[in-house]
Amino acid sequence: MDLDSRLENVAVVGAAGKMGSGISLLLALELAWRALERPERVFVLNLIDLDDRGLQGLVRYLRDQAAKDGEKQINRLRRLFQDRADLVDNQDMVQAFVFEVLLHVRTGRTPALAADALLVFEAAFEREDIKTALYRDLASLCRPEACFLSNTSSMPLQALSEACGLSGRMIGFHFYNPPAVQKLVEVIRPRDCSPELAGLAGELAKVLRKQTVPSADIAGFIGNGHFIRDGLYALRLAERLAERHGFVPAVHLVERVSRDFLLRPMGIFQLIDYVGIDVFQLITRVMAGHLGEDLGSPLVDRLLERGVKGGQASGGAQKPGFLTYEKGRPAGIHDPDAGGYVALEDPAIREADARLGPHPDPGLSWKALQKDPARAAKLAAYFQVLASLDTLGGRLAREHLLNSRAIGLELVRQGVARSPEDVNEVLKLGFFHLYGPINDYLEAAP
Amino acid sequence: MKPLSRPVFLAAGAYTVSLGPGRREFSPRTPRPGLDHYLLEAGRAVLAQVGDPDLIDEGVVGNFMAARFNRQGHLGSLMTIIHPSLEYKPALRVEGACASGGLALATGIKSVLSGLAEAVLVVGVEVQNTVKALYCADYLAGAGYYEGERKQGPAFFFPGKFSERAGAYAAKVGPDRARSAMARWYRNAVEHARLNPAAQEYHNTVADLAAQGLTPPNPASFTEHLNLFDCSKVSDGAAALIVASEAGWRRLGLARQDVVEVAGLGQCAANLTSPPPDLTEMTTCRRAAAQALAMAGIGVDAAGVFEVHDCFTISGLLSVEALGLAAPGGGADLVLAGETSRAGRYPTNTGGGLVGYGHPTGATGVRMAVDLWKQLTGRAGEFQVPLAAEHGVMISMGGNDKTSVSLVLRR
Repeated sequence: MDLDSRLENVAVVGAAGKMGSGISLLLALELAWRALERPERVFVLNLIDLDDRGLQGLVRYLRDQAAKDGEKQINRLRRLFQDRADLVDNQDMVQAFVFEVLLHVRTGRTPALAADALLVFEAAFEREDIKTALYRDLASLCRPEACFLSNTSSMPLQALSEACGLSGRMIGFHFYNPPAVQKLVEVIRPRDCSPELAGLAGELAKVLRKQTVPSADIAGFIGNGHFIRDGLYALRLAERLAERHGFVPAVHLVERVSRDFLLRPMGIFQLIDYVGIDVFQLITRVMAGHLGEDLGSPLVDRLLERGVKGGQASGGAQKPGFLTYEKGRPAGIHDPDAGGYVALEDPAIREADARLGPHPDPGLSWKALQKDPARAAKLAAYFQVLASLDTLGGRLAREHLLNSRAIGLELVRQGVARSPEDVNEVLKLGFFHLYGPINDYLEAAP
Repeated sequence: MKPLSRPVFLAAGAYTVSLGPGRREFSPRTPRPGLDHYLLEAGRAVLAQVGDPDLIDEGVVGNFMAARFNRQGHLGSLMTIIHPSLEYKPALRVEGACASGGLALATGIKSVLSGLAEAVLVVGVEVQNTVKALYCADYLAGAGYYEGERKQGPAFFFPGKFSERAGAYAAKVGPDRARSAMARWYRNAVEHARLNPAAQEYHNTVADLAAQGLTPPNPASFTEHLNLFDCSKVSDGAAALIVASEAGWRRLGLARQDVVEVAGLGQCAANLTSPPPDLTEMTTCRRAAAQALAMAGIGVDAAGVFEVHDCFTISGLLSVEALGLAAPGGGADLVLAGETSRAGRYPTNTGGGLVGYGHPTGATGVRMAVDLWKQLTGRAGEFQVPLAAEHGVMISMGGNDKTSVSLVLRR
């Protein structure tokens, strides 16, 4: 069955979550445009979640985002609606489009809603017992020709599909957050995945205007394979630095180095907060279980015991984790001893800044370089300066870079990634890094 | 052309900030003032310049689309909030698309000419940032022939209409010359606006305006021949002044140097349902300006300061031709030579014009008259230009050159 036919009945399970909402949006828009362009066909998008309030929030989100998409593509709408005498103003057409998007959506709590779906996207909570139970249900409910695309970011698909009786019918189709924006999809093809399904996944990525990078079916894949180990490196480094500098200044040192000195869009602790400290822990557990690697972090466990979890509120606002946020920007650092947050203006944090030493090039930042056509040359020159910077900041940055590179190379050596280029692509596309971790910036420096 | 049956004057002009994208205090996400605020601010700024507001006989408000932007009609009644003395006096709203302000002036002038009023408070107002630019385009499309044109028109209807004019003009004078002249118009507009604290582009700090103005148009997302810098922005604002007879301004306690005389008035409308006879000419504006100049008994060269309706840079170029400052097709060279900048022979839109000050549609015609009044009475502050001539000329335009009001003012 071709992709066009399969897209006539689609389901998203775990639709109201952070990733599920984004995947639902992408599909809802795609189906609405298809329905407008092929009015003879009927399209259905089943959005399933246990959280009723979450589903209502999802419908609101779809309505708002559909309006934005209609506004952005108004010329396309005006062409499509050219024979509709009742639609004249832009506003008429955008509202008609919003209606079209919602027209195909069915929401509900029961997986039985997916019974007729030919493509089932799963974005359930990242716990093996939950996903296994859900897939077992789906295996008994869904049509035999239905295919399953899992958004798991860590679980090996072969084991999961075998455990649920869906062997050959499941593939990893891992979006990056937020799915509607991020271009990357990591595609994980389990050993006995059918060639048809693999082809379908590639086609689907094109339809959704995503770029794919293949990853071997090894826990954590490329994205989390790097992120989790990079995060653990930072957590352990912070604990080590805390012995000398105190916990709050230590977190600040690592955060500033990973963001400002490495020219990343956010520091490593902000990224862990963004993912959610609880989700970070879940992923480490899944990966550790499959790989037998020590991926535990007592610091993460301690924070979670105190209820410090990070992640996003339903409106998208960042919740406090390692850091606290004001208008989406870091404003303070968690102090586990006092239980609250120390403001970034605190003298102890300013002192930590002084200890780091000057930035190699204060005019350079991730934001400044993001759209700079001369980025490659500027990065090379920047790392030359960093390579010989004899300050705490310089040393920590070099250590971090070399560790990140070693993680990337290990992913290639273990066969998780086909090549260094694939690792670099995932970090650039999925994490918005300006450069891949496998580079020779430091080697090239004199 | 018959002269006015008795002398009519403009006095006590004022306008608000043109609020919208570009102003630092503007944010689409934070609540903003509504119609009431702008009526009050502009109206009261006028009344503060005169003696007894009780001596105002009438009110006229120019507005284009409050019924859609603000879901408010009946603005004649609403404008009485400006001062209690306006209650139970005649007040009305006039509409002629983007020439609504110009029509409000013409209506005030005619009231004074009728002898029924000695002093009329004229206000123009529009509050457009209640909707996104895409929907603003819907509302403004009401200035075209909705039944016959809107459905087949582009999403951004008026930018599309004036893009057609820019394309035709480029074919006439050469694409590079047309584009360079439009870019120069944009540069002048922003440079002038930087001297006018109320202008929407007052905070503009772009170093290379000319390069920005040369940005190639993007037909896929906008129009074929206009880029975003060619367009006036979505604006909220109001402008007001007093139209008075000599007896009218005297009893308000004003002196001759506080007022300017309406030396000429031209006003005409063309068939809304027909396409423009020539895309490279603003025929209606040309006729209105010719009427006004004939009534004033001067050639356009005799004037020293100009206000034209540059809703788009191309309409700026076509307006200077409609005024007769350049021959058909010669506007581009005139602008490129810098003659319409504040330092040129024909200082035009010295407070920024529609591209620089902003274009709160219903307010624009009144704002133009206020800027001329400011220049002719030496009240333009930082954007004052040295003036040898006695006269200033303005053209207010509605729709795709379908309604036009032109005034010649004498100090």
